Amino acid sequence: MYMRNSLFVLSLTFAFGTGTGLAETPGLGQPISEADITAWNIEVLPDGTGLPAGSGTAKQGAAIYSQKCAMCHGENGVNPAPGMLPLVGPAKFDKIDTMKTVPYYKYATTLFDVMRRSMPYQMPKTLSNDELYALSAYILSLNKIIGENDVMDAKTLPQVKMPNRDNFIIWDPSKI
Amino acid sequence: MNIRKCRKTEAPPLEPIAGNGLLDRRALLGRGIVFAGAMGTGAAGSLTGAGAEPIKNDPWSLEMGSVVPAYQVPSRFEKDVVRTRSNPNNEFRNSHARTPHHLLQGTITPNGLFFSISHSGLPDIDPAQHKLIIHGLVKQPMVYTVESLSRYPMVSRMHFVECAGNSAPMFSNEPVQATAQALHGLCSNAEWTGVPLSILLDEVGIDPRAKWLFGEGADSLGLHRSVPIKKALDDAMIALYQNGERIQPGNGYPMRLLLPGYQGNMNIKHVRRIKLIDQPAMSFYEAKTYSQILPDGKMWLFHFTMEVKSFITQPSFGHSLKGPGFYEISGIAYSGNGRISKVMVSADGGKSWAQAALQAPVLPKAFTRFRMPWRWDGQPIVLQSRAWDESGAVQPLRAEFVAARGQTEKPVTNPLGFPNQHYNSITSWGIDSSGGIKHVYA
Repeated sequence: MYMRNSLFVLSLTFAFGTGTGLAETPGLGQPISEADITAWNIEVLPDGTGLPAGSGTAKQGAAIYSQKCAMCHGENGVNPAPGMLPLVGPAKFDKIDTMKTVPYYKYATTLFDVMRRSMPYQMPKTLSNDELYALSAYILSLNKIIGENDVMDAKTLPQVKMPNRDNFIIWDPSKI
Repeated sequence: MNIRKCRKTEAPPLEPIAGNGLLDRRALLGRGIVFAGAMGTGAAGSLTGAGAEPIKNDPWSLEMGSVVPAYQVPSRFEKDVVRTRSNPNNEFRNSHARTPHHLLQGTITPNGLFFSISHSGLPDIDPAQHKLIIHGLVKQPMVYTVESLSRYPMVSRMHFVECAGNSAPMFSNEPVQATAQALHGLCSNAEWTGVPLSILLDEVGIDPRAKWLFGEGADSLGLHRSVPIKKALDDAMIALYQNGERIQPGNGYPMRLLLPGYQGNMNIKHVRRIKLIDQPAMSFYEAKTYSQILPDGKMWLFHFTMEVKSFITQPSFGHSLKGPGFYEISGIAYSGNGRISKVMVSADGGKSWAQAALQAPVLPKAFTRFRMPWRWDGQPIVLQSRAWDESGAVQPLRAEFVAARGQTEKPVTNPLGFPNQHYNSITSWGIDSSGGIKHVYA
């Protein structure tokens, strides 16, 4: 359990509680350790932070895809079911209403992350780490972003150079 | 007092102050005078005319009514004042429900009509089990519950929430014939009550390496969006109440991250985790969906602010005018930058403009209702509104907007489609001599 003694919470409040200008904050949060958050701690950042152990190839991914993904996203990532997204498309986004598919992403980690947290749509958070790497490899390979035999793992996935990476501009840097 | 004297001596002029019958907004203050003007030009004189039936009692005046319900709902005669849904047959996909702006007044969106977009259905969250964890680059990760947050000092603030894809059909190169609900219904306004996020961040202690945080929902999608720490410490809130009652399931029950003025999608519903990080997460929704393609082939990232916008709700598409005479033009204006400072209205397609009255209070990052008295002479006209905010930003004219942001090459046929994001140019309603109203570009 994440319960600790409340004196510790109060001392934290006084040690760090300066930003709001309040003399005291209620301090009603319960401390928890990062180790106890593992099940929720699933995000993957662009530099690869958060990527788990495991690996996969496009060939392995193809079999998983046809079983768990094709019903919505279409065979080979095209011709999806109504209201669902295609995963394969041109790497050029030169019209304001061009359909944004996987090649649009600035980083390949976005693909891994969204599958890990949200997919399959009706059964999210059930794909194994090896399945996630294999599906990432398959979908990137379908888009000809990596080769058919490239292995995706925690080291290689963040190194994938996405075709659209250099076309983004930050709308207003002063907001960041 | 000078002001009082002024009002007495300076009677609101009934002569139009801009093209096609726009009257001085100050006429709204001197109701008696406007009323007299309306009587003079409208059909009101027939009220006591020879053809009128003698007044009698209606059935509801002659028998007891029904018992009051525990939770009341609108009159059965208001059954058409509902949200329109993008998947009316419960199709297996995301669903949108749009606010019927053309059927509402004032500035508060009733909770049952507040817009909602759900990408994977509404989670059925037990508030006693819900947790909010704040961790990552902090001195001490913490867990908060609905119960513990309910003991914190709270604030109530009026704010709009707008989907970045609101008004997207207006990227069409030809005007989509649709109501303000279909065009602009992914924006609503409520009083939110909750705990300032800065208090909770204070308690966990921000590690100086933290430049961003992301909020993540407890929904099956685990939807997450990155937010600069700067915004989190400014006016972000963990909201627990919406218009006085607990937040609706479609709006984030039992708690949501409220980021006033920022893209609706960033206002994480059912928020269960906030993690402080040193780089943006580049989540699906920030890296793809809410990144906009520009006409030159570049793409915007992190277009957080919902920019100044206004549109006329009365009269608008879906209404018809019942003959010449007095009408009030009204609509809503809002800006993610702050308060609305001015709204101008035109009845001649932008050739001449008159300043609308802003209904107080004018609050930052909230709906402001504007009103403009008008006497229609029955000729075809084009109504428009244009807003300014306190930062100096002005709602762009359509030509300016299209030059910078583009439009589709072919007409948009599905008014629920999203050709692009962040449309904030003006809306024009063309009224023909029979009182019919169309959506036009002018």
